[in-house]
Amino acid sequence: MHDMSAHAAQHHAPPTSFIRKHVFSLDHKVIGKQYYALALIAALCGMMLSWFMRIHLAWNNAAIPGLQLLSKNGAPGGVMTPEYYLQLMTMHGTIMVFFVLTTAPFAAFGNFFLPIQVGAEDMPFPRFNMMSFWVTCTGFVVLMASFFVSDGPTLGGWTQYAPLNAVGPVGGPGQGTGVVLWAASIALFCVGQLLGSLNFIPTTLDLRTKGMSLMRLPLSAWAWFITSCMGLTAFAVLMPACILVILDHVAGTSFFVASNLVMNDQLLPHSGGSTLLWQHLFWFFGHPEVYIAIVPGIGIVSHILITNMRKPMLSHRVLIYSMGALAVLSYMVYGHHMFVSGMNPFSSLAFSFPTLVITIPSTIVVLIWTFSLYGSKLRINSASLFALGFISMFVSGGVSGFFLAQPSIDIMLHATYFVVGHFHLVMGVAAMFGIFGGTYFWFPKMTGRMMNETLGKIHFWFSFVGAYCIFMPFHYLGMAGNVRRYSTFVDDFLQPLIPVHRFITVAALITGAAQLVFLYNLIHSRFWGKPAPDNPWEATSLEWSTPTPPPFDNFGGKLPVVYHDPYQYGVQSSAGDYVMQASPEQVKTEHEEK
Amino acid sequence: MATSVHEPPQIDQDRLLEQRRSGSGGWRDLVPANGDLHVTLEHSPPASSSAIYVVLFAITMMFAAFSSALIVRKGSSLDWQTFTLPSILYFNTLILLASSVTLEVSRRRVAAFMGGLRSHAESPARWLYITLFLGLLFVAGQYAAWSQLRAQGLYLATNPSSSFFYVLTATHALHVLGGLGGMIYVIRKLSKLALRRNALDATARYWHFMGVLWLYLLCLLWMKL
Repeated sequence: MHDMSAHAAQHHAPPTSFIRKHVFSLDHKVIGKQYYALALIAALCGMMLSWFMRIHLAWNNAAIPGLQLLSKNGAPGGVMTPEYYLQLMTMHGTIMVFFVLTTAPFAAFGNFFLPIQVGAEDMPFPRFNMMSFWVTCTGFVVLMASFFVSDGPTLGGWTQYAPLNAVGPVGGPGQGTGVVLWAASIALFCVGQLLGSLNFIPTTLDLRTKGMSLMRLPLSAWAWFITSCMGLTAFAVLMPACILVILDHVAGTSFFVASNLVMNDQLLPHSGGSTLLWQHLFWFFGHPEVYIAIVPGIGIVSHILITNMRKPMLSHRVLIYSMGALAVLSYMVYGHHMFVSGMNPFSSLAFSFPTLVITIPSTIVVLIWTFSLYGSKLRINSASLFALGFISMFVSGGVSGFFLAQPSIDIMLHATYFVVGHFHLVMGVAAMFGIFGGTYFWFPKMTGRMMNETLGKIHFWFSFVGAYCIFMPFHYLGMAGNVRRYSTFVDDFLQPLIPVHRFITVAALITGAAQLVFLYNLIHSRFWGKPAPDNPWEATSLEWSTPTPPPFDNFGGKLPVVYHDPYQYGVQSSAGDYVMQASPEQVKTEHEEK
Repeated sequence: MATSVHEPPQIDQDRLLEQRRSGSGGWRDLVPANGDLHVTLEHSPPASSSAIYVVLFAITMMFAAFSSALIVRKGSSLDWQTFTLPSILYFNTLILLASSVTLEVSRRRVAAFMGGLRSHAESPARWLYITLFLGLLFVAGQYAAWSQLRAQGLYLATNPSSSFFYVLTATHALHVLGGLGGMIYVIRKLSKLALRRNALDATARYWHFMGVLWLYLLCLLWMKL
C-alpha cells in the first residue's frame, strides 16, 4: 500500500548551497517566489510601456525622455513612430497576458500554496517544477531580447494575426526576427506551463493528505487545479501554432500566408496558406487564457473573503462547479473573437450562444459572493478590499461582455476602444486585484513579516478609483467610434475625443505611480515589516497550520491530518470563532456542507 | 512506499478489509469513513500514475492541433500536392508495434521478479534492451524515410503536404526519443535494483501510446497526403 501520510521521508533533502537554495531550487515555495519576482519585473516593464503609449496618445509630438535609448529608429528624439507605438503595444499585451496575469496568480501563488493547502511536502516532480520556472524565465528573456535586435520587437499585437505574423521583414519593423523571438518565447512559455500542469494536477489528485477529500480542498486550491487543467489543454495547442509560425519564417513553409500576396510592392514567395487557421489555433488557446488568468483570482478572492467574512460561502460546491463550468465553456466560445474575421456567419451564431451561456456560471459566482457578503461583518483590510475590488471589476468588465457576445453589435464595436475597456477591466484589472489581494493575504506566510496596512489601503483606493478612471472612459470612446491600435487620431470626428484620452493618460500616470507605493510596501515589509504570527488572519486552511514561514518540508516532518471542511467559521471552539482543518477538536456547526 | 524490485509487494489484508468496509469510497476519496479517522483509507496511488495521463493528454492535444491544421490547410487551398508515402514507414510501424510487445514481455518479467518468482534482473533487463534497440531502429527508419523523400526532391518547404509530413513525423520521433530516455532511466534503475513499479508502468503506457499515436498519424498521412 502507498502510505502517504506516514512516510515523512522528503522527496529531496534540504539544500545547503546558495545556488540550490535560491537559484536552481527544487523547493516549491522558492519556485513560487521566483515566479512572483518574475511577474513583478514583467508587470513593471508592462506598466512602463503602457505609460509610454498613453503619453504618446494624449500628446502626439511629446518627446519621452530616454525612449530614444530603447530604440533610436523607433523613437528618434524620444518621439515614437507609429510603428514603434504598435511594437510597444504588442510587447505590453504579451508581457501582461503571459508573464503577469498567468504567472502571478497561477504559477506563483499556486506553486507556493497548493502543496501546503493539500497537505503535501512538495510537488511530485520538483525537478520538472524547477525546469518549469527556468523555461518560463528564459521565455521572458527571449521576448525582451527582441527590444535589442536591429528592427525591434514585433508589431503584430499580442494575437499575432496571420498573414502579418509570417510574411517576414517586408511586413514592417519587427516582423522578421521580432516575430521569431516572440513565437519562440511563447513556445517556451507553453512548455513551462505544461510542466507546471504536470505538477499541479497530480499534486491535487494524488498528494492530498489523510482526510483531505476533494471537497475539503480550499477554493483557491480548486481554482489552481481547474486552471492547470485548462492550461494543459490550451498551451498544448498554442505551442504547435508557434512552431508553425517559426517554420514559415525560417524554413520557408506556407502554413499561414496566402497565395499571391503582395506587400510593399513585393510578391511574397509563399503559397496557399490559411490566415484563418492561425486565428482558430490562437483563439482556441486565447479564450481559455482569459479564464486561466481570472479563475485563480476567483479562487483567491473567495478564500480571502470567507476568511474575513468569518463564514463560508453560500455554497462551496456550487462555486466549484461554476469554476469548472467556466473552464469547460471557455473552449466553446473562442469564435466570438472572430466574428469579423470572415468566418461563416452560422459559425458566429454557434459561438455566440455559448458566449451568452458562459455568463451564467459567472453570474452564479458573483451572486454567491454578493449574498454571502450580505449581512456579514466583513473585516476590512487590504486583502479584503482588493477582493471586493476584484468583484467590482469583474462585474463592470463582464457586463460589457454581454454586448460583445452578439455578432451584430460586435461588428460595430470590435475594432474600437470598447473592447479595450472590456478586457482590461474583466481580465487585466480584476486579475491584478486578485494578485494584490493574494499578496496582502499571504505575504505574512511567505515572508514571515506583515505588510503595512495603511499603505495597503492607500494603494487600494488609488488603484480602485484610478482603474475606473482609466478604463470606463474607454467604453465611451469605443461607442463614439474611436478605433483602437492607432497611434494618432487625425480624423475630424476623433478630435473632440482627445481630451478624454488626456484624462485617461493622467489617470494612468497617477494610478501607475500608486503602484510604487505597493512596491515600497512590499520591499520595506520584506525586510523591516512587523514579524508575522503563524495565523494572523485566524484562518482555517492548512497553510496557516504550519510555522511562518513554512519549513523546508512544509509541516516539520509530520504531515497533517484533516478533520474538517475548509471553512469552519462562526463556530464555538477553543481557538475562537473558527476551527482549523487540522484541528481534531469536534465542533457543532451549521455550515458543514456534505 | 512504492514497491521496488528488492522489496516484494505485501498485501495488507486488514487494510483491504477496512477499505471494503468503510464505504468512504469513491475514486481516491480520502474522507474519513463515518467521521472516524481510525478507518481512514490511504489508497491514493503514487503521483506518477496520474501524471502520465497528464503527459499523454498534452501530447494528444498537441497532435490534435497539428491534425486540425493539416485538415484546414488542405481544405483551404489548391496548392496541395499528394505524394506516395515512403514504403519504409510500414516496416517502421511493424518495428514500433513489436517494441510494444517486447516491452510488455519485459514488464511481466519485472512483475514476476518483484513477486519473487524470478531471482535475477537480467531477464527483464534483456527485454528492455531489445525494446530500446527497436525504438532506436524506428527512429533510424524514420530518418531513412526522410532521406527517401529528400532524394525525390520533397523537402520541408516544397509543398504543404511535405511540410506536414516532416512536422508530424519529426514531432512524433522527438516524443519517441523521449520515451527512449524513459526506457534508459528504467534500465538504469533496474540495474540498481531500485526500480519503482509505477515508473515502469508509466514508461510502458507512454510507449504504447507512442505506438497508437503513430498508427493514427500513419492513417492520417495515408489519407490526406
